[in-house]
Amino acid sequence: MNFLERFAAGWRKNRKPGYYDEFDYHWSMTIDLDRCTGCEACVTACQAENNLPIVGEKAMAKGREVQWIRIERYWEGEYPDIKLRFIPMMCQQCDAAPCETVCPVSATYHNQDGLNTQIYNRCIGTRSCAVYCPYEVRYFNYNDHKWDSPLDQQLNPDVTVREKGVMEKCTFCIQRIRQAKDHAKDDGRRRVRDGEVQPACVQSCPTQALVFGDAKDPTSQVSKSMNDPRAYRVLDELNTAPSVVYLKKVEAKDNHAG
Amino acid sequence: MPAESNDLQYADIHRDVVRSIVETGRTYYITLATAAGITLVCFFFPWFYQLYYGIGAAGMNHPGVWGTYLASFIFWIGLSHSGTLLSCVLHLTNSPWRKAIYRSAEAMTLFSLMVAATMVMVHLGRPWFIHWTVPYPNQMELWPNFRSPLLFDVMAVTTYLTGSSLFIYMGTIPDFAAVRDRTTGWRNHMYSLLSLGWRGTDKEWHRLHWAYTFLAVLIIPLAVSVHSIVSWDFAMSIVPALHQTIFAPYFVVGAIYSGTAGIVTVMFVLRKSMNFGQYINASHFDNLGKLLLVLSLLWTYINVVELFTGWYSGTSTEYEALKYKLFGYYALMYWEMILFCAVLPLLCIFKRFRTSFLPMLILSIAINIGMYTERFLIIATSLSRQYLPDAWGLYVPSLVEISILIGSLALFVTMFLLFVKIFPSVSMYEVKETMDTPKAEPAAPPQGSPA
Repeated sequence: MNFLERFAAGWRKNRKPGYYDEFDYHWSMTIDLDRCTGCEACVTACQAENNLPIVGEKAMAKGREVQWIRIERYWEGEYPDIKLRFIPMMCQQCDAAPCETVCPVSATYHNQDGLNTQIYNRCIGTRSCAVYCPYEVRYFNYNDHKWDSPLDQQLNPDVTVREKGVMEKCTFCIQRIRQAKDHAKDDGRRRVRDGEVQPACVQSCPTQALVFGDAKDPTSQVSKSMNDPRAYRVLDELNTAPSVVYLKKVEAKDNHAG
Repeated sequence: MPAESNDLQYADIHRDVVRSIVETGRTYYITLATAAGITLVCFFFPWFYQLYYGIGAAGMNHPGVWGTYLASFIFWIGLSHSGTLLSCVLHLTNSPWRKAIYRSAEAMTLFSLMVAATMVMVHLGRPWFIHWTVPYPNQMELWPNFRSPLLFDVMAVTTYLTGSSLFIYMGTIPDFAAVRDRTTGWRNHMYSLLSLGWRGTDKEWHRLHWAYTFLAVLIIPLAVSVHSIVSWDFAMSIVPALHQTIFAPYFVVGAIYSGTAGIVTVMFVLRKSMNFGQYINASHFDNLGKLLLVLSLLWTYINVVELFTGWYSGTSTEYEALKYKLFGYYALMYWEMILFCAVLPLLCIFKRFRTSFLPMLILSIAINIGMYTERFLIIATSLSRQYLPDAWGLYVPSLVEISILIGSLALFVTMFLLFVKIFPSVSMYEVKETMDTPKAEPAAPPQGSPA
């Protein structure tokens, strides 16, 4: 192998997202829109699990809410023939994430689990990742937040409380993933079993519309679900390679079928 | 300089310029105090409040995470452009009319760059960690992200700042020496230090010219790269209406455009306030007017291209961004920008307009208002209409932001006012080069060195 070939091989290797040859896991999620009722249980669960601030009425009106997962609502059609559609939207954990390239201090990067991580301590608050993100799922702390008593008693000790000037977003509940990996190691297992770890939103979904797991394991529930013919990715044409796969809602074409 | 045919002598130039440094009137102190006061009240107090409270003191929100601070950053970088760039290009092309104006133009570059760097600090959520964007060895063993256009930006701006400070300083050394020889007391000490022991020997002149030309050649590509890189902060995103290849030339042309307009403004003020009528005259305004006309046409062309690309892309997101820009919430500002930057400058076609001072001043201010609007709109309209309609929003600047914008202008003026009392604001030796050597006095040497 001559020098050029070796250089090209090395270059290609380093071009891989996150600089890893291969991910240890590839945490992924599928969201079945046929099952989603838009109940927002996931939103509440996320709020409780991840110490999301309660920003208050004023900040909400200014558009400064922090919701790592949100239910987007779209109205379709005109009045008598109107339909409401939901789509839960959270960080898509893109494998080719635009937010990762723009952060000047590498506060957001890809880890070996295929997760798009955010390091709060490293963030200097340029907010460029939020601009670069096409899914608009990055939330900024415009000021320090206060939890009124007794809410301050329910803060999750496994999760940081973010200070002002820091960007944050969905982590796929990385604290639970870490815990599951630790348990697996304690049990002398190499890998986490399928279903052993669930983010708060998946755990709380009453219709089990959300499925979480390792896409590298072909037998996992999420891998099977991703092979569904209804599967699609949001804004796939942007080539961000999201790890969240949506299953399209299927309807009878004719409204008067029944 | 043809207009210098009046009875200016070498000694007159020294007298005039040293007078502008040494003699300080009451008006100057009042202006300085006002500017410094406004800076303190409108810039630093709101900024300190924002540091205490968080970026929430500004009007930014969920889709509009970037706001006027970043617009100001681009604006000040742009304003910095013409100074040193113009000075370099004119130096290399041997344009004699550059010599009276370039010192103040370069100072403008330096101070706008400083204000721009300050605006970055204001923009950041946690500015106390800004040093993390610089690659320095540290105990955390962390590097900045070299793939980030923001990091390119840090590199480009610091290099440009270093280069243009060296350029202005190097060009002033002979003048520092001239002032040193005509002042006493603490000023004499200060200028002795600043002039680095300049004696005016042939060897020194030779080296100065060599180094000066070298720096001029170095700075031109730097100036072009700085604003291209600033544009990449936007163009390298995938936001509709920002993700365009035209952005680098667009920003460079826009920068030189607003910078040239800025020079016209500064020249008018210098001419009035320092009685530099003999040095800065109608011919300068005429030439700069021609430059403004060319730049405005270029700028208009690029704007048309930008609209065309959006339309030609044929995607719904680009259409929406385009429609929002032309007819959305900020439409009035868009058409104001077109009026100020594309239509009004066409008046420069007429020589009578170019050579009249007051209309040129008004035009130059209008252009810069228009250019600020352009920078604001690039951010505000694009961020408001991105891919997911659920995340569409509206960004309106808060009082703190407006106050800081006004305060940043005052900060610039304050620095400039301090500059004119320390630096000889007209390059004495280069103005002398354009004059005939004195013949009347028998004592004058036949081919006297201009120093």
